[in-house]
Amino acid sequence: MTAIAGTVPSTSASPLHRRLAQGKTLPILIVLAALLAIWYAFTVYLNAPWQIDAYERAGTEWTATDLVRDTMAQERPVLPSPHQVVAEIWQTTVGTRLTSKRNLFYHAWITLSSTLLGFGLGTALGILLAVGIVHNRAMDKSVMPWVIASQTIPILAIAPMIIVVLNAIGLSGLLPKALISTYLSFFPIVVGMVKGFRSPEAIQLDLMRTYNASGRQTFFKLRWPAALPYLFTSMKVAVAISLVGAIVGELPTGAVSGLGARLLAGSYYGQTVQIWSALFMAAALAAVLVGIVGVAQRLALARMGGRS
Amino acid sequence: MNAEPAIRQHAISPQPGQKVVEARGLGLTFHTNDGPVQALSNVDLSVARGEFVSFIGPSGCGKTTFLRVIADLEQPTEGAISVNGMSPEEARRARAYGYVFQAAGLFPWRTIEKNVALPLEIMGYSRAERRERVARTLDLVNLTGFERKFPWQLSGGMQQRASIARALAFDADLLLMDEPFGALDEIVRDHLNEQLLQLWARTTKTICFVTHSIPEAVYLSTRIVVMSPRPGRVTDVIESPLPKERPLDIRETPEFLEVAHRVREGLRAGHADD
Repeated sequence: MTAIAGTVPSTSASPLHRRLAQGKTLPILIVLAALLAIWYAFTVYLNAPWQIDAYERAGTEWTATDLVRDTMAQERPVLPSPHQVVAEIWQTTVGTRLTSKRNLFYHAWITLSSTLLGFGLGTALGILLAVGIVHNRAMDKSVMPWVIASQTIPILAIAPMIIVVLNAIGLSGLLPKALISTYLSFFPIVVGMVKGFRSPEAIQLDLMRTYNASGRQTFFKLRWPAALPYLFTSMKVAVAISLVGAIVGELPTGAVSGLGARLLAGSYYGQTVQIWSALFMAAALAAVLVGIVGVAQRLALARMGGRS
Repeated sequence: MNAEPAIRQHAISPQPGQKVVEARGLGLTFHTNDGPVQALSNVDLSVARGEFVSFIGPSGCGKTTFLRVIADLEQPTEGAISVNGMSPEEARRARAYGYVFQAAGLFPWRTIEKNVALPLEIMGYSRAERRERVARTLDLVNLTGFERKFPWQLSGGMQQRASIARALAFDADLLLMDEPFGALDEIVRDHLNEQLLQLWARTTKTICFVTHSIPEAVYLSTRIVVMSPRPGRVTDVIESPLPKERPLDIRETPEFLEVAHRVREGLRAGHADD
């Protein structure tokens, strides 16, 4: 932050300066700096009581500078400072062997694999249900209320049940976790795709009828391509909540690996720095996944004549 | 295919084989939440091969509904109708007609050539034949050179021409057009009217054309069917004395103005009934 802020005045007429002044970069940096400042302020404020206690117990003299310095360097702070989290992330990713169980990338990969499996299954299930709802009157009337009801049950309540039931029938490991992701991610896909499959205009459907097109032809030549923009938008939501599902799925299983397991272990041992670094890794993972879906969306829609 | 004399002299063609559309006592009642709405009532009409028939009337007179009944997009509740001597459903299954809607309705994810090829794909034409037919029909509507463009890259008039090419691509003898130029400006509309007449002259198709523009109806048609609403019915059928060759400035001739006057009188009479 300080490095960038320092370069701005000295390169007043450079392209960098113009970019900062005209583009989105400067506003984003300002917001980021404000967030960091607030975070640091809270770090001092929230960690100070414990720190003052510690000073008094040890009988040491302390100044405000000491307090600020020490509240940012506690081992188990109420709120770790940003640089502590960054240091922890750095140490547990780059600073550790990739195959080690202490590497955060290893845990991210465990969570990612069940996220992707659950997301794939959820997308397929969502599309199939949407096809049924759009083409079958009985399904249209009966399925949608259940789909909506399924999402009103808190996932934290149902996740242990799924794990226990599946364990009883001999399924364990990746699949039960993935199914929790599926349970969450099929919903936006169903809702989006029902809307997408119904998005063709009346005259486009009439047109297919004048050609005496079969139901199959109408689906693949009209409804499916018309629904694709809706699919990508739904997939962006679905992939993010698949990750949430995978993390939640790791909590009741007593899993030893995965970002969820790191969160749980961190909270058992009061390792707030570990919790925050796992949270940031999860956020980064979600951002990357949503970004990948976004790129796929742009590529696919550009081929379909999108105006981009 | 030259049924010209028959068209000029008979409202109903004498040879049964020559009739493309024949309606007897046709009626259609929609059941809505506000009670039944009689969209069509007791319509007797036949269209002979090679005719250009316009349906004109205020909104709600059933002109579009009648076209949709021919196309088997609506089912009549009374009377009988045949298309090419078959029921409308059989005619639709035999792909007897091309339909041009009010809006172009092109598929935005398909290029112009792919849009025109759509009916050909559905009807199972070979790749080579598709290519040949797309090139031919795009040439017919003066859109050669725009094959690879997407619909949004074309003006409204060009999009509507592409939709006409799409209706022509599979060579149905009957063309049903529902206010195809209604949303276009006057200059573009004039131009497309002229092109449509040339196209009709070249292809000897039968055209049923719905419009609410008197000049358009008179300029294009060999016969004008005047309709009126509540219930939708035919109030007058006017044979056009205009020659088949029609430059745009024919619209300033006394003959043209006389036909236009008759159409206007017919529309007014329909309204006076209310």
